[in-house]
Amino acid sequence: MVRDVLTGTHFMNGDVAAAEGAIAAGCKFYAGYPITPSSELAEHMAMRLPQAGGIFVQMEDEIASIVAMIGASWAGAKVMTATSGPGFSLMMENYGLAIMTETPCVIVNVQRGGPSTGIPTLVGQGDVMQARWGSHGPYEAIAVSPNSPQECFDLTIRAFNLAERFRTPVVVLMDESVGHMFEKVVIPDKRKIKIVNRKLADKKMKGHYLPYLADDDLIPPMAIAGEGFHVHITGLTHDERGYPDMSAEAQERLIRRLINKIKVYEDEIIDLEFDEYKDDADIYVISYGISSRCSRRAVKLARDEGIKASLVRLKTVWPFPEKYIRNLAKKAKAFVVAEINNGQILREVERCAGAKPVYFSGLMGGRVHYPEEILEKIEEAAGK
Amino acid sequence: MSSEAKIIKLLRDHSLALPRGRVYVIEDRCKGCGLCIEFCPKKVLHQSERFNAKGYHPPELIEEPPLKVCIACKFCEMICPDFAIFVEEVSAEEVGGMEEGAECTNGGG
Amino acid sequence: MIANSHDLEHPMDKYLRTDRLPHVWCPGCGIGTVLSCYLHAVDNLGLDKDKLVMVSGIGCTGRAAGYVDMDSFHTTHGRAIPFAIGLKAMKPELNVTVFSGDGDLFAIGGNHIIHAARRNADINVICINNYNYGMTGGQLAPTTPETAYTTTSPYGNIEPPFNLVGLMAVSGAVYVARWTSIHVRRLTKSIEEALEKRGFCFIEVLAPCPTAFGRRNEMRDPVESLKYFKEQAIVKNFVNPLEATIEPNKKFYVGKFVDLEEEMTFEDRLWLMTSEEFLKAPSKKRKEMILGVRRHVKEHMEVLLHTPEPTEEGGKGEGV
Ligand SMILES: Cc1ncc(C[n+]2csc(CCOP(=O)(O)OP(=O)(O)O)c2C)c(N)n1
Ligand code: SF4
Ligand code: SF4
Ligand code: SF4
Repeated sequence: MVRDVLTGTHFMNGDVAAAEGAIAAGCKFYAGYPITPSSELAEHMAMRLPQAGGIFVQMEDEIASIVAMIGASWAGAKVMTATSGPGFSLMMENYGLAIMTETPCVIVNVQRGGPSTGIPTLVGQGDVMQARWGSHGPYEAIAVSPNSPQECFDLTIRAFNLAERFRTPVVVLMDESVGHMFEKVVIPDKRKIKIVNRKLADKKMKGHYLPYLADDDLIPPMAIAGEGFHVHITGLTHDERGYPDMSAEAQERLIRRLINKIKVYEDEIIDLEFDEYKDDADIYVISYGISSRCSRRAVKLARDEGIKASLVRLKTVWPFPEKYIRNLAKKAKAFVVAEINNGQILREVERCAGAKPVYFSGLMGGRVHYPEEILEKIEEAAGK
Repeated sequence: MSSEAKIIKLLRDHSLALPRGRVYVIEDRCKGCGLCIEFCPKKVLHQSERFNAKGYHPPELIEEPPLKVCIACKFCEMICPDFAIFVEEVSAEEVGGMEEGAECTNGGG
Repeated sequence: MIANSHDLEHPMDKYLRTDRLPHVWCPGCGIGTVLSCYLHAVDNLGLDKDKLVMVSGIGCTGRAAGYVDMDSFHTTHGRAIPFAIGLKAMKPELNVTVFSGDGDLFAIGGNHIIHAARRNADINVICINNYNYGMTGGQLAPTTPETAYTTTSPYGNIEPPFNLVGLMAVSGAVYVARWTSIHVRRLTKSIEEALEKRGFCFIEVLAPCPTAFGRRNEMRDPVESLKYFKEQAIVKNFVNPLEATIEPNKKFYVGKFVDLEEEMTFEDRLWLMTSEEFLKAPSKKRKEMILGVRRHVKEHMEVLLHTPEPTEEGGKGEGV
């Protein structure tokens, strides 16, 4: 009774769509701890995963959840956990463990208003920088940001594919509004869904396999537990054998590769969406998630006023599309950033905008933008 | 037979039935903690004068047959925190029996 | 008779990453002894090392995972248990042992271990209790005896320690034992039992940390520490684990405290849930299937409170 892909047209919310996306991507293990506004995702997984032949475990906290997920990934499964701000904060140390040990896994963060317990049932986008820098030390991060239930489905599949391809944790940065929004979701035929599986160690290599010897693509093939490879996996800085090596050289070598294995594939990872005004604009609105929907409306309103605005939507927030924004800065007059925080992607845009001014439409959380609020900033940018 | 010789004969008859051990020390792994020496039930080990590569004194056998013989209980092997000492069980014959004046019967190696 | 050759192969070398020896542990540190007992147990049972997994947290003890030639995971501080839970859930055929320190398992990881026991996850936990945090320089642990000196209890510890075996027993562990690192034979036997038993098995091993703890508490010499263990330990099986406290300079119990009959494990239930028969069963049938042969919590407590009469262990020979 393996019912993993529910092909058809559905009416579901973003949380449930993300869960279905995970199952369609081949997720076979979910560990989580309930937290608003991501609980619907966990509840749906609890019901659906056994039907799809997978294991659902409600752990004792989010730390246990992320670590159990990492453990299950080393047993060869595609794995996921989901949470919201407070739980995401708890996960940060082991987010780093997944990066360091190159463990494919997907972390969904349905963002709510913070800091602390904040405003649990209402929207926020304040965890963007946390997804990038929340764990200690230098590293590269990958995060996708859906703005509709359909995309919760699609981008969760993509998150799994990226995690498996690059052997790294991938964050699905949702927000409460998208998570709780009900919309039409079309689940395609199973054969039409592109699935990527991790590169596994060749059985012939047993005995002389080195768990962290990367191929030319900078990604080492993974040996899962119980297959006779006898791997040693540690969060300590390690050499190709996986053995701890406490030298600056080993640190430089390993961390550089971990960063580069994502950096060199940036173009493949980064996913931007443009509107029809892209080539005929001088003011670019940069937004993502639920804010991008409000921004789209604001751009429309601006166009009605004759302002040459255009929306660039980040479907992937990390890696940041630095090159693209730098290029855009050459022809743009100004940028507007709309997000529900005090300026996180704003900083990235400012960093890449050169001398071009960047206007900011921020909210502290608890509600989404009125398009007029963003429009105001677009007007300012246009000098109106 | 002198009483000493009697004792030795008794010991021999008895000990032929007992397993004997041949003790090996991987000297460079030893950290000189002395656990093997202290807790050997037969007290057949003592600290050598030698230094290993790390500057520790590894254990060695006290060669006092027949009163002190390794009985291959492997306690030293199990307690050694450094996997530096191990014992191979051998028959008494294999180590040369316990003839009076025989050479070290504690096992060679 | 004394060999000093790199060609010599220790009988445990086949389970060790010998290229990493000598290990980091201090001379006389009990961790190495306990690792030796674990490997002897594996060897005695003739287990397939391809199917053995060791998971450690962070600490001196946590380094053990780095020395065994099997799939071995050195995770983050306190998180060995959830890692093991996830791994074992997805590959129940593996024999997973968590090998970690008292601080790792009962301070920062305390929440995980009680829940793992409650679930009856099929993992073995070997906990080295060296009374302190060795790795970070000898700080207070949740197992430090009252009045003992550590670097963060410079006037003597004012906190009562956990009774680990009692805690594990009431949390639902199906096998609970305590030994010290002088009890190598019994410890090895106990590890063998745990390796063979399904369900959550917990073994506490008191072990000297001469460097960080011993130095400050008149236990500088590991030989003296082990003599102390030998003198103070009363070997007895099935003592009520709640009474098996450890107090400074007092006798304490070692032995097997809990050894329950086989039950349904957490993993059994997880996989049961994925079966068509279960998913399609009516509610009443499903409830029966879930309960299976797993003892009810109340029953578990009853078993604990009415354990067989304590049995003397034949104290032959060196008694260890
Ligand atoms: C999150 C976190 N907090 C603190 C530490 C520092 N730390 C490393 S090991 C350790 C204690 C280890 O004690 P224990 O588990 O008893 O093991 P032992 O070293 O005594 O074998 C601590 C506090 C850490 N690595 N990670
Ligand atoms: S095997 Fe037993 S008798 Fe022989 S040296 Fe070791 S501890 Fe002593
Ligand atoms: S127990 Fe091991 S490390 Fe200690 S002295 Fe004996 S051989 Fe050396
Ligand atoms: S500090 Fe203590 S626990 Fe750590 S290796 Fe040294 S003796 Fe062992």
